[in-house]
Amino acid sequence: MRYLPKSPADREAILKAIGARSIDDLFAPIPAEYRLNRDLKVPRQMAESEIVDWFRERSRENGDGYATFLGAGAYYHYRPVIIDSLISRGEFLTAYTPYQAEISQGTLQSIFEFQTMICELTGMEVANASMYDGSTAAAEAVMMAVRLTGRRSAVIARSVHPEYREVLATYARHQGLPLSIVDFADSGRLDVRQLEKSITAETACVLIQSPNFFGTIEDVAAIADLTHKHGAMLVVAIAEAISLGIVEPPRQGDIVAMEAQSFVVPLGFGGPYCGVIATRQEYVRQMPGRLVGQTSDKNGKRGFVLTLATREQHIRREKATSNICTNQALIALMANIFMNVYGKVGLRELAKQNLAKAAYAAQHFGKHARVLFSGAPRFHEFVIKTSEDPRVINNRLLGQKIVGGLPLKKFYPELGNASLWCCTEMTTRAAIDTAAALVAEDERSTMPATAEVAEVTR
Amino acid sequence: MKHMTRKATRHVNQNEGLIFEKSSPGKAAWRLPPLDVPEVDTEKLLGSSERKDLGNMPEVSEIEIIRHFTRLSTWNYAIDLGMYPLGSCTMKYNPRVNEVVSRFDGLANAHPYQPEKLSQGALRILKTLSECLIEITGMDAITLQPAAGAHGELTGLLLVRAYHDSKGAPRKKILIPDSAHGTNPATAATVGYAVENLKSNSQGMVDVAALASQMNEDVAALMLTNPNTLGVFEQEIHKIADIMHAKGGLLYMDGANMNALVGKVRPGDFGVDLMHLNLHKTFSTPHGGGGPGSGPVAIKKILEPFLPTPVVITQADGSLGFEYDRPQSVGRVRAFYGNFGMFVRALAYTLANGPDGLRQTTEDAVLNANYIRKGLEGVYDLPYSTPSMHEVVFSDKLQARKGVKTMDIAKRLIDYGFHPYTTAFPLIVPGALMIEPTESESKEEMDLFIEAMKFIAEEVEEDPQMVLDAPHSTRVSRLDEVAAARKPVLRWTPAE
Repeated sequence: MRYLPKSPADREAILKAIGARSIDDLFAPIPAEYRLNRDLKVPRQMAESEIVDWFRERSRENGDGYATFLGAGAYYHYRPVIIDSLISRGEFLTAYTPYQAEISQGTLQSIFEFQTMICELTGMEVANASMYDGSTAAAEAVMMAVRLTGRRSAVIARSVHPEYREVLATYARHQGLPLSIVDFADSGRLDVRQLEKSITAETACVLIQSPNFFGTIEDVAAIADLTHKHGAMLVVAIAEAISLGIVEPPRQGDIVAMEAQSFVVPLGFGGPYCGVIATRQEYVRQMPGRLVGQTSDKNGKRGFVLTLATREQHIRREKATSNICTNQALIALMANIFMNVYGKVGLRELAKQNLAKAAYAAQHFGKHARVLFSGAPRFHEFVIKTSEDPRVINNRLLGQKIVGGLPLKKFYPELGNASLWCCTEMTTRAAIDTAAALVAEDERSTMPATAEVAEVTR
Repeated sequence: MKHMTRKATRHVNQNEGLIFEKSSPGKAAWRLPPLDVPEVDTEKLLGSSERKDLGNMPEVSEIEIIRHFTRLSTWNYAIDLGMYPLGSCTMKYNPRVNEVVSRFDGLANAHPYQPEKLSQGALRILKTLSECLIEITGMDAITLQPAAGAHGELTGLLLVRAYHDSKGAPRKKILIPDSAHGTNPATAATVGYAVENLKSNSQGMVDVAALASQMNEDVAALMLTNPNTLGVFEQEIHKIADIMHAKGGLLYMDGANMNALVGKVRPGDFGVDLMHLNLHKTFSTPHGGGGPGSGPVAIKKILEPFLPTPVVITQADGSLGFEYDRPQSVGRVRAFYGNFGMFVRALAYTLANGPDGLRQTTEDAVLNANYIRKGLEGVYDLPYSTPSMHEVVFSDKLQARKGVKTMDIAKRLIDYGFHPYTTAFPLIVPGALMIEPTESESKEEMDLFIEAMKFIAEEVEEDPQMVLDAPHSTRVSRLDEVAAARKPVLRWTPAE
């Protein structure tokens, strides 16, 4: 086996040194009746070239080379090549969690810089080293608000990513944490009047997303005023981090639960991504996850350590703020390098291109379909409503090697034939024009056969 | 300092400030292509939602970024540099082919919501890995959704809860041995269970009599790490399983130490009802300085109705797809389908090994731990003489007489070119030195390690202060962690 650095003679020498007759002696503690006396039924050992071929074939089966209008919490942006060259360095890739600070300063300093940049971008005062992803970060942020307020319920905007809401529901169910849902208004924004009715003296927090699942930018200041008036905290989820380049951050919020996948983590069929929680200094001791702090050594030299570990499971066990241990360090490093590449000016210019592409697309799609939620500003996603099932439009688009927008019926049945479209700097004008023309074609066509719909939904 | 280390030599390494300290207006590492659609009036589109200023975000050039992170990287220890003997962390070699195949365009650029007919390759990977892990664990079904080991524990206990709820008898408690990882009790609390501690016996194993007396209809499950955190196989595992099952409880196995078992014995065969795996331990996906991980949960059939959604299924036409409609499901634990990139790597590792390679890997891991045990026995105190599997736990009892503790020995080990072992864990061993070499170490590397540990033991006798002041060869000496926690500085701020 090519990964194992011992010759048969080495093994014999070691057995002899430890006084064992055979390797079986070392497995004697396992009761004989449970020992596996056959080969595992897994594929035979493969050569590296065979492994490469096998996965290349899977890659081909996966529809390589399509243009995409999908967003909805996972965004396709350009990945500067230096990101992979840097994170592939073994000293980052194959290092452990930096508990031993003296030989982990590289990882520690880079996390400290990551925390700083997340603070700058979100308008918060402290940020952690990362969480699993945006969905679990949102759930953990809500539980954090519950601990901070001592209140035992939460109000959730229906325009928060449906899968984030599902994850929160899973976490909340056994915490005795009732969740109430607030609808969106015709503008696509949170229905503020309904919110006012939903907040009670037992509401720990309100969870919104901005830009929300429809791409609409929420009026965070107004929602924060209302929430704070009732003594609750405002948790703001951000699923599209690039928006922070041109959209005012949720400074009035109390906790930000962010997905940094856009900075620029491969889509990778949904993961690994990079969640992160940011908040105000005063709440830091209830924040979950690892934190890096600056300190100095005995010679006064600046250095960095994991700190405030008394919040964490390995010290506090069942009294910890969360059970999280492993986080997404290498993915946070990708995001970190990305933020350095674009920086203060580039991030805004990049966001502006995203904004322009989506504005152009919405305008062109709007000639053939109804663009919903036009009453409020949006970033780079928009919802269209067509007379025909969007799955049929998408099937036509696939013929042009384009993946169309996300049909919304599954998550929002009341929106009927609505679909969510996303444009980034990667979306070409040609793709937008082609897609818009095919949407137009559907408006002229008759309803398709049911069989065709069934075929394209899979 | 009498001893010279044969493994490491000091060499010049670059100083490097914070990236913000290099920033100045007008420097850039980016260029966008020309916009192929009309420019937009941002003020008109965004109104008061428009952001005008990005604060202290850096402005640097590409070469500065390359040097910055390359310099930082040289301050890290890594598996690629040498043995990483962290107990229970399974710091094994991270094969490079895993990194290559996970970056193939069709996999790296796959959107989680792209149509299933364009996702057959990804679904095939999910299915093949699932089948391999089910076979390796001897279980009946699996979810790959959890993002890390602790997240797997959470998912597992949600399944336990759903199972007992379905029987109409929700239970209140989880039993956890005193040798367990901190995530176990933290997870139980997250799922709303009370934690009841279970004492170990004099051999470091579960006290079966104590378990029998503590087990009752209020206990939902026992969370057991096997081999446990002493590296000891629970020899009475069948009795433990029987006690749990007789009173309607479930046996949860923390699979952190699965590297001792793969291909030699299957948890499903010795009575485990559910368990999580750490793909970033046993299945070679890189630790990356603290993640990403992946924590699949393998289960017996009785728990299958409760699996998180969606589940991969084979459809009537033979194609693969996701099934969402599962009324008894515990729900979702993460958006999308889990850390897919880690599945690709874990599967590549499994294919590179095959059945013979996986078994040899386990045998070598156990062989290595026993070699280190033999080499250091007598030099360091061995609190439990029970046979070791893949890791061995010593204590600092002999060195503590000179005022030198496990952390001090660990810091001195750095000077010899090694990463420290796990210190002060498991909690049942005061001053623990927990050592797991994994299969990835050659005899030469282990000999160097044993030699270094012996030298340190001598140094403790002759010059304990020198060990207390270690490390002596690193860029920074021991850092003031107390000050860091008392007055936390968690971000850079510009000088006024």
